[in-house]
Amino acid sequence: MTAPADVGYHARRHARWHWSEIAFWILALSCALLFPSRFLIMTDIVRLALFALSLDLILGYAGIVSLGHAAFFGIGAYGAGLLALHGIITEPVLALLVAGLAAAAIGFLTSFLVIRGVDLTRLMVTLGIALLLEALAERFSDITGGTDGLQGIEMQPILGLFAFDMFGKVGFFYSLAVLFVLFLLARRIVHSPFGLSLRAIKNNPLRAAAIGVPVNRRLIAIYTLAAFYAGIAGALFTQTTALASLDVFAFERSADLMLVLVIGGTGYLYGGLIGAVVFKMLQEFFSSLTPQYWQFWIGLVLVVIVLVGRERLHRWALWLPNLVVRQLSGGKAAIAIPESDAS
Amino acid sequence: MTALFTILFDGVAYGMLLFVLACGLAVTLGLMNFVNLAHGAFAMAGGYVCAVLVNQSGWPFFAALPLAFVASALIGVVLERALYRHLYTRSHLDQVLFSIGLVFMSVAAVDYIMGSSRIFIKLPAALEGQIDFFGVGIGRYRLMIIVICGLLTAALQLVLARTRFGSRLRAAVDDPRAASGLGINVPQVFAFTFAFGCGLAGLGGALSAEILGLDPYFPLKFMIYFLIVVTVGGSSSITGPFLASLLLGIGDVAGKYYVPKVGPFVIYTIMIVILIWRPNGLFGRTATR
Repeated sequence: MTAPADVGYHARRHARWHWSEIAFWILALSCALLFPSRFLIMTDIVRLALFALSLDLILGYAGIVSLGHAAFFGIGAYGAGLLALHGIITEPVLALLVAGLAAAAIGFLTSFLVIRGVDLTRLMVTLGIALLLEALAERFSDITGGTDGLQGIEMQPILGLFAFDMFGKVGFFYSLAVLFVLFLLARRIVHSPFGLSLRAIKNNPLRAAAIGVPVNRRLIAIYTLAAFYAGIAGALFTQTTALASLDVFAFERSADLMLVLVIGGTGYLYGGLIGAVVFKMLQEFFSSLTPQYWQFWIGLVLVVIVLVGRERLHRWALWLPNLVVRQLSGGKAAIAIPESDAS
Repeated sequence: MTALFTILFDGVAYGMLLFVLACGLAVTLGLMNFVNLAHGAFAMAGGYVCAVLVNQSGWPFFAALPLAFVASALIGVVLERALYRHLYTRSHLDQVLFSIGLVFMSVAAVDYIMGSSRIFIKLPAALEGQIDFFGVGIGRYRLMIIVICGLLTAALQLVLARTRFGSRLRAAVDDPRAASGLGINVPQVFAFTFAFGCGLAGLGGALSAEILGLDPYFPLKFMIYFLIVVTVGGSSSITGPFLASLLLGIGDVAGKYYVPKVGPFVIYTIMIVILIWRPNGLFGRTATR
């Protein structure tokens, strides 16, 4: 077998749907039936999963460490809120797209700042952009409602058919559908030659450039795409809660997001999804333990994760599933193993 | 005209304070290349130690200040030996996650122990009020800050440039392997430096309770300021961060006075522009690791 055909064969084999993935999505859908009284928190998890998926695209695949990803979440949230509040675009799906595109536009513009410089500069610039937007939102309080946030948002039925109900059932299915569609898109992208070139860049930008990958253009593209995803997540937040306040830009949101992704593991798309579930359950558990001080435990989890080592934790977590898979399929362990992270 | 001088004076005091708060970070972040977002937590610890000593145990303010330094330095050395040193060689992402975790823990812990409201430190009467200096009102407290911080800065510069320890530190930072080959105990030098930086932050925290405000969210609120000082100032010497803090201090005070509506907007914009223009800082070396 020649080398390019070999690469193509492996790439296609990886891109094929595995039965465990199908099981994952069926499980996600069946949650609606299993916990009919918990739609609100499940919607929360789905939104967070989408947001984490967006960070995974740049952190796990392109190796860009961002401390200000909430910037795009916030733009999406305010975008969707303003569109609905002023009745510019009342149909939620269309408004979702427009809000996402607005975030993508800002993402595209700021990507030129982000791709310059090394890790530390990137950290500072992403953090600075999020803070800047927060300050702007506070400054233009006549548009954003300042610290009170946008109030009185009323959502129209989705596609004119499904009205949001107070139990959040429609909101949940809506969010899950959006997540699924965007996940399919992300899955297609990361398994395409484009996605493979991103991994090459992450592993060694210099070498990637030497074999002819246009490093900067690829980074701009993926950063813009991630901003789009984050914008959609933010818009979903506004649409399902009918709220948008300054804390959508908060640093804690970006920091929590990192934790979500780190719990789930970076670089295999499901990390953000699994991480979101675990994070929300942890948060519920900790706030039932000490209502006001759950952040302490979240911080402790972060410290422990880093000290034990992320790779080691994921090996432990995947030991049992892999054992089962190995027994069933006779030899080859095939559950996605997270790749090592950007340095 | 007098307003201008007052702003300049307040700005310098503010900047000096920022420098004392952040210069420990200049060493860990700038020289040791460790992204320590939890630096503000050490400052907060010093502030709270001072507040408890003065308000509850009735210590005089000037006796409590050194204690704030010692307490933060002790916390620093314990954490450095127990946790931080394992992470020196890890990726930046790991360091960021770890220090964010520490920040969250410190915020919640202080909130739990001391309550979430802002606290004040009782000042001696000699530090209150203003001195009239050729028609310019000069706050006594701010004058004291300038004196203390100015002396500290001069001492630091002397220690780094003239003493044996200073040259060991510079050697350890430039090339840890070669330095340890020459018999320098590199981990010890780093631990000592880290602890000293934390101590300075603690002292800064105690001094800043009056000006910046001290509450459990201190590490989060001022994190960006410390980072600005270090990244904009560069890390080649102590002068860079010093000038950067003065600029930041004066800029912030002037901004709040002349264009109060714009708020922190200006500072962030300037920071981003400077970082784009010179990724290694205004006064940095052209090539850092």
